[in-house]
Amino acid sequence: MKKNRNVGIVGIGQSVFSSHREEVNQPEMIHEAVVEALEMAGITMADVDCVVHGNMELFEMVHQPDLWHTIGTGAWGKETLRITTGGTTGATLVAAADHLVASGLHDIVLAIGFEKLQEGHTTGGITNMADPLWGRQLQTGALTGMTAAAIIDEFGAERARKAAMTYRILMDKHAMRNEKAHRRLGLEFDQADELAVNSPALVGELRMIHMCSQSDGACAMIFASEEKAKQLCAQPAWIRDHITVHREEMFCIFGNAPVLSTHRYAAQKLFARNGITDPLSQIDVFEMYDPSSWWGMDWLREFLMLEGDAHLRMVENHDIAIEGTFPVNPSGGVIASNPIGATAMVRVAEAALQIMGKAGAHQVPKPVRQAMASGFGGTMWTVLFLLTKDIPALDERR
Amino acid sequence: MSRRVGICAVAQTPFKRDYWEERFQGMALIVLESLLEQTGLKFDETDGIQASISVSDDIFDARTISDNAMTDVLGAHFGCEEKVAQEGAQALYYATAMIRSGHVDTVLVLGHCKESQGQSRNMVTHMAFDPFYTRPVGMDFQAAAGLQAQAYLQKSGIREDQLARIVVRARNNAKRFPLPLEIDPVDPTEVRNSPMLADPIRSLHAYPVTDGAIGMIVAAEERARAICPNPVWITGVGNCMDSFFLGDRDITANFALKQALQRACRRAEIDRPQDAFDVVELSDLYAYQLPLWCEGIGLCPENRAQDWLDADGLDNHRVNLSGGTLAGSPLILGGLSRAASVALQLMGKAGDAQIDGARRGLAHGVMGPAGQFHTVLVLERDGSGR
Repeated sequence: MKKNRNVGIVGIGQSVFSSHREEVNQPEMIHEAVVEALEMAGITMADVDCVVHGNMELFEMVHQPDLWHTIGTGAWGKETLRITTGGTTGATLVAAADHLVASGLHDIVLAIGFEKLQEGHTTGGITNMADPLWGRQLQTGALTGMTAAAIIDEFGAERARKAAMTYRILMDKHAMRNEKAHRRLGLEFDQADELAVNSPALVGELRMIHMCSQSDGACAMIFASEEKAKQLCAQPAWIRDHITVHREEMFCIFGNAPVLSTHRYAAQKLFARNGITDPLSQIDVFEMYDPSSWWGMDWLREFLMLEGDAHLRMVENHDIAIEGTFPVNPSGGVIASNPIGATAMVRVAEAALQIMGKAGAHQVPKPVRQAMASGFGGTMWTVLFLLTKDIPALDERR
Repeated sequence: MSRRVGICAVAQTPFKRDYWEERFQGMALIVLESLLEQTGLKFDETDGIQASISVSDDIFDARTISDNAMTDVLGAHFGCEEKVAQEGAQALYYATAMIRSGHVDTVLVLGHCKESQGQSRNMVTHMAFDPFYTRPVGMDFQAAAGLQAQAYLQKSGIREDQLARIVVRARNNAKRFPLPLEIDPVDPTEVRNSPMLADPIRSLHAYPVTDGAIGMIVAAEERARAICPNPVWITGVGNCMDSFFLGDRDITANFALKQALQRACRRAEIDRPQDAFDVVELSDLYAYQLPLWCEGIGLCPENRAQDWLDADGLDNHRVNLSGGTLAGSPLILGGLSRAASVALQLMGKAGDAQIDGARRGLAHGVMGPAGQFHTVLVLERDGSGR
């Protein structure tokens, strides 16, 4: 398959992420991100052809909120598209913007993901996705202790718990360098033992400290055709490829667990068609949708196709720290900030900032030529992106 | 120019007032099975359906991630599916972009909506208003339409008997069209005596609350030709968002519709839209909207709707030979249903409503209070002269 034309990311804006953005309403919060993205790209709304919008309606209970948000998105008189896919929404919006520009329909597209979780009930909203007859009684929203139990089974309780806390504290140290992040707790490694015992338990071994936040926030990104991107930006982040992999609602309906994870499946396919044989050396930074420390740790193994305890060692050795050999979530990740409809977009946006060299205090110290970003949502759905510093070749993939 | 995109097959469940006997997944499955049978396709990343675009709405379904519960029907178990949470015509807009980008060749578009499950007109669309200024005064799309109807009827002078004729015509047309629309004919007196819904809109002036699902197979040119003998090409797409607050707009001016039309026609290389189409399908949620949108498209001269209707302008321009949205399409699937009706005409499958030699058609979708957002699609078949 041949891509029609290249698409570059030229502008990124993020509102401040917080548990309570009571001083702004939804369109005002979005407006913060849009203004910042336009400023970075050095353009105005007059240059934007199309506005792409997404979130999850049941969190705020606003039907087709792009209609109201027009006063904050700048979509008046523009073409628009609204796409939602649950937690993956933000990454799906990036995929949609990529298609809209690559197709030749538009030269410059503004994509916006947002959520104002304070205005609804997050776990109640997520629980509502399960089948009212077959699944809802078992639903605990995004709160699950299953992965923690599995890691403890495999590697023993002491090592597993310690690694999960190491992951958590590394992410907080990253968030401390990102002034937009919601939870910046200032954790130190000597607090690990105390937190592992005293943080409130949610489900099984999943404790409050392990879990992602519920945030208010918006993210905006500006995408441009190769020609425009080169004019607007000295170093755009180029979209090399992306893949979307969903899976059935009922986890075991097509066979018994364990089954292949969508993360591993997506990574295998994406790597194969882009000539990535050694992700740890060919990818310079990874922004992962990590809803909890346990999931984050476990998913390193899936995305990077690691064997044995390699993923645990990466955490224990601080390889995933900003200064490490394979930096993961220099932004602080989802555990620090989680405005759900924006969250997956923030992953791609942060990966792009790393390539553009504009991540500020959380810029990784090594050269970033290729970055990966993942979105997660639904019932273990994956959207996986590869961004590059060099302009991708438009030749046949696969 | 990037490659052409064609509609290869169309399928629809019956559109009913209350489709109680099927869950939304079941409605979608009926559509999917018909599409697979018509095309012989399977979900297959090499030579089958490579991605799915669904259309539904979380608040209508009262389900967070309304596409989550139908991964199997959308072929997305270890596959790609994305949901357009907007009016259904936008799924074709997005499918066009997805295929032209080169990312995939063959896409399933499948929308569902059960308006009967919620208070569609007064609760669901009420939730589209902002919680500070417009919700507290009880706004919903129906109330907004009432305001638009007041303004437009005053401006155009359209009479009550003309509105009644629009409704009678829509329902008679629906009977001749091959898509299963469960709607009964009415006589003009019934329309004029039907209760007031949002003055001046009477209950029979409004589209009936509808349940159903509708889908299409859409493919890149070379695939489309292999799948079916007479694909319908999506040659123009365009849409436009107007301002949110009604007071910020001239609600009879068709600003967004005109912009959407202009964009679609530019992409389809059409200079004079008023003469360009053999069939036109417009999303008329209320009777007054049909002449209003016809003015926006340029079929009816501005401010001449009264005379134009009396001179059979609707039949002369072959507008809504399917019955249109007034014959019943689920709220968020109106534009997709209109595109399906145009596609069937261009495929020669419009039954008793078939226009001989129909080569090019326009399909229109609308969303939001008093037509805040419009989508226009230009559809053509081979031999349309281009």
